[in-house]
Amino acid sequence: MRLARELACNEIVELVTAYLDDALPAEDRERFEEHLVFCDGCDRYLEQMRATISATRNVGVGELPPELEARLLEAFRDWRPA
Amino acid sequence: METEQTPHDAALIEGLRAGDEAAFAELMRLYGAGMLRVARMYVPSRAIAEEVVQEAWLGVLKGIGRFEGRSSLKTWLFRIVANTAKTRGVREARSIPFSSLGDGGADEPTVDPDRFLGDGERFPGHWAVPPQSWAPEGRLLAREAMDVIEREIDRLPPAQQAVITMRDVQGFSSEEVCNALDLTETNQRVLLHRARAKVRNALEEYMR
Repeated sequence: MRLARELACNEIVELVTAYLDDALPAEDRERFEEHLVFCDGCDRYLEQMRATISATRNVGVGELPPELEARLLEAFRDWRPA
Repeated sequence: METEQTPHDAALIEGLRAGDEAAFAELMRLYGAGMLRVARMYVPSRAIAEEVVQEAWLGVLKGIGRFEGRSSLKTWLFRIVANTAKTRGVREARSIPFSSLGDGGADEPTVDPDRFLGDGERFPGHWAVPPQSWAPEGRLLAREAMDVIEREIDRLPPAQQAVITMRDVQGFSSEEVCNALDLTETNQRVLLHRARAKVRNALEEYMR
């Protein structure tokens, strides 16, 4: 991904995941970070994406439906080496 | 040569091989629901996805004796469920190219274009309606915020749901997701980004 010129905010918001994954080429990363220095809106957007990610981590993945879990346990017991 | 395994994973693998039900139950608790979401990416209904998960676990039990640990245990588990689901998807004649899995809008902006200044303005593309502060951020830890996130994830197209679950809920690296689901890094990132942006939007509503 090469970015030829200064970035606008509507471009920055689409690069956030690449930035957080450290997947931007060095030059683009620099442009991205320069933009954040003077742009409070994008700085806040990035922080909110970070906050979203950590809140999502707290959600937990949920559970299997109990009937499915019971079926799986049964299959496991059948398989189990004696 | 289980080089990639954490000591705990190594213990789970040993447990599974020895038929230890506690090890099996723990793996189901850790990864069962995530595997169900991945299965749902490739098959047309939740009921079929449940059958896929069951079939995949049988595959896991069959394969655990020969598992050499070249990838991490969780990557291996998710690869098995993805492959089982793909095979089943083909049989259901519903296998759809990844690009059309409800992600046709890959080039569409993830933030409402009305929130940016238009081309006629002095600074086109710059914020017209920038995000407002979420202070106090402690509200993000409330049960209600969790519900907002869960509801939004449930509403995502299946592929986005699977990727955000693996990356942000289960803590897979991007490499592990690409490896397990056979995605390119770019595809994986697009799916993740779209998913995260929608969850952020939902939280923005809630935090107002």
